[in-house]
Amino acid sequence: MADQMSANRPQVQNGAWRSLVDDWSSDRQAFRVSWGKAMMWIFLLSDTFVFSLLLIGYMAVRLTTPQPWPDTSEVFALTVLGHEFPLLLIAIMTFILITSSGTMAMAVNFGYARNRRLAALFMLFTAILGASFVGLQAFEWTDLIQKGVRPWENPMGAPQFGSAFFMITGFHGLHVSIGVLYLLIVARKVLRGDYDRAGSYEPVEIAGLYWHFVDLVWVFIFAFFYLL
Amino acid sequence: MEHAPQGQQHPISLYLQVWGWLFVFSFLSYLVDYNDLQGVWRWTLVLLFMSVKAALIVTFFMHMFWERLSLVYAILLPPLCLLVLVGFLAIEGEYITLLRDLYLGR
Repeated sequence: MADQMSANRPQVQNGAWRSLVDDWSSDRQAFRVSWGKAMMWIFLLSDTFVFSLLLIGYMAVRLTTPQPWPDTSEVFALTVLGHEFPLLLIAIMTFILITSSGTMAMAVNFGYARNRRLAALFMLFTAILGASFVGLQAFEWTDLIQKGVRPWENPMGAPQFGSAFFMITGFHGLHVSIGVLYLLIVARKVLRGDYDRAGSYEPVEIAGLYWHFVDLVWVFIFAFFYLL
Repeated sequence: MEHAPQGQQHPISLYLQVWGWLFVFSFLSYLVDYNDLQGVWRWTLVLLFMSVKAALIVTFFMHMFWERLSLVYAILLPPLCLLVLVGFLAIEGEYITLLRDLYLGR
């Protein structure tokens, strides 16, 4: 009786894993893009959730802390030629990242135009801009650490400011740093002519997706953490 | 919209225009802070410029405009669930503040 019951289960007839794989794929293709691009998009979707949870957590602690929240425009102000510009450091970082997004878009375009040298050159520009972004972030972190801000304390008010700041900008900075490495690796492959031989420059576009995503996340961090 | 099997190749002028607009909107959001706007105007303008910039990046730089709808929906719809979480935690935040007023009498 029990044997007969289990013999009718499809898992037993075809092998458990086989039935799973057959049912989920069975020669159907949902996204008519290359697997590389689909995987990058799925990774970016999951990363969207990670960054969103960090930002929503920041919202929650900022709403509930009874201590005053520091004024970011003063904290990140820079004095240039005797005039104090609010939030100038962050504005510069924003412009650097947007510029790098533009150079990345150019690199993707030159890649598809089969212009090896210009594609690699623009990826290099992008990587340099990304590295300078991380450099400015290191400057920003040093400044705040010298002011006594730590992930667990903050002399300017709510200690949650410290944890949100280091967590959110740190995680984003890590993404930029990894992006710089990723771009350099792909740029090297472009120069070597790997993609001419493979017949497709799509890996450049996929690297571009990652880079634009990093810029996209910064748009939200800039608005929610620094401006609001 | 169909695209060549060769991939996402689009006129450079389009990218340059998007790039230009991103600069404009970033500058505008910086001006909000520079002019020290507060309250409703600050929130409205910052969120507006943020949404426009995000839309420009996803639509053109990340090529969503030219991708098939199956991919577009698979990627862009799930993050909307996060709005539910935002709503929950906003209500919770107000509630905690209310409790403090009631029991600790700020």
